[in-house]
Amino acid sequence: MGDRAPTIVGIGLSDYPRTPHLDSLAHHGLAIRRALDDSGVQKADIDGLLCFGSYGIDDAVTMAEILGIRYNFLDGTFAGGTVFEYYVQHAAAAIEHGDCDTVLITYGSDLLSKQGRTLGTQLYASGNRQGGPLQFEIPYGSPLVSGYALAARRHMHQYGTTSEQLARIAVDTRFNAAANPLAMYRDPLTVEDVLASRMISDPLHMLDCCVISDGGGAILMTTAERARDLRQAPVYIRGAATAQTHWNISAMPDFTVTAAAQSGPAAFAKAGISPADVDILMLYDSFTITVLLLLEDLGFCPKGDGGSFLDANRLTYNGDLPTNTDGGGLSSCHPGMRGIFLLIESVRQLRGQAGTAQVPDAEIAVACGSGGQLSCMGTVVLGKERA
Amino acid sequence: MTADTPVEGRILPLPNSSTKPFWEAAARGELVIQWCEQCQEAQFHPGPLCRMCGAEPDWKVASGRGSIYTYTVVHQSRTPPFDQLVPYIVAMVDLDEGPRMMTNVIGCAADDVHVGMRVEVAFAAEVDGIALPFWQAASEAT
Repeated sequence: MGDRAPTIVGIGLSDYPRTPHLDSLAHHGLAIRRALDDSGVQKADIDGLLCFGSYGIDDAVTMAEILGIRYNFLDGTFAGGTVFEYYVQHAAAAIEHGDCDTVLITYGSDLLSKQGRTLGTQLYASGNRQGGPLQFEIPYGSPLVSGYALAARRHMHQYGTTSEQLARIAVDTRFNAAANPLAMYRDPLTVEDVLASRMISDPLHMLDCCVISDGGGAILMTTAERARDLRQAPVYIRGAATAQTHWNISAMPDFTVTAAAQSGPAAFAKAGISPADVDILMLYDSFTITVLLLLEDLGFCPKGDGGSFLDANRLTYNGDLPTNTDGGGLSSCHPGMRGIFLLIESVRQLRGQAGTAQVPDAEIAVACGSGGQLSCMGTVVLGKERA
Repeated sequence: MTADTPVEGRILPLPNSSTKPFWEAAARGELVIQWCEQCQEAQFHPGPLCRMCGAEPDWKVASGRGSIYTYTVVHQSRTPPFDQLVPYIVAMVDLDEGPRMMTNVIGCAADDVHVGMRVEVAFAAEVDGIALPFWQAASEAT
């Protein structure tokens, strides 16, 4: 049966951050063509498809038709912006098991050009009645950002975390963005700038929030055996795990602990690594508080110590713990679902293709997404070598 | 206790088989939560089964008292009518019976709200069959 260890062999980014001439499908197409070129994979060899988008536009079954993929494996799981880490977990299992050989994970979004910067401060509701669990939230006007603000406030109360400490995350991420010519914002930031920016949902300021952009990405995965005939050195999926504590924020059991406290250790154990082994950390930075919670939950510091960890450690590409080296969602690219960009930047770093932000001799990268409102957490450990 | 806060324009709940008893009680001015006799635990949001043991839950009347677990003062909110209500307080309240619910804290200045603050429920006047529960500073130390 050959060496069926699952690997990433192709990556493609669409154009970003502002692309009014591209719709979602055009982003998918551009990213997929670039991933095919990058890898040398033949389109006809793709026999697995994993994606999620708008129903009837770019959901999995519609995309299988549009892209002409006769699959042996299909997955349209939804888990919010981290769903791409879920897809890697599912695709790795399917490849190892022999259900399919070459899979495509694809994402495209024209969020900025179509809807502007409305994602964080609007309610996910329409009409005059709300069903489901959201009937206990929507009447109280809690927009997306407020869920994260509730978590940040609780963390501050419980552990003494400060707005200054959260701001360090935005400052370091902006430093990384300055090295990315495509990043949406590249001018240096200070902690004072973050604290002086408009309050959106107390204690989160505008500069604690990610950007809204356009963009897309594609990933091609196959067996280690097939990877030998392709263009790029393969990046191994050493471990992947997923977990969920709630979907709607009002059902979060403990606002200071995410499901990454489950998926992180599980993925690290499969990969045979500990936090000290991680060279590149790609954390879903929807808001600064998301990064702080993930640092704790993944075990880079004890629960509650995220603030003091940020006092002592820089997250810049040349710093103590290189994190979100592409400039993150906070400064570079967030078209609504950022999970795929965490994986793509991880691969770029492990291949040594990350440009100015390249971390020397990067061997192990961890991508940890957050979907919903701190709800679904997918953790993937990637390596230049197999586990 | 009646809440003095504007409800007009808010998207109202659409009760389902699990939540209908909650909203029927709310219309009577009662805060009810599900109760699992087997686990001796209360749960909210209501669901078709006890999330711990899977049994069919009963209902019980809650005290209507609790403490603020966390809160945020919302300064930017695009969806009407909330765009006209900023700044307003969104909070999670820990009921004395255990479960937690989202609400707006009313009758309280943004500067006065704090984690641990004692609060009590107050229902808004019924609109289209729905009386929304809000929470406000508790009337006496409890």
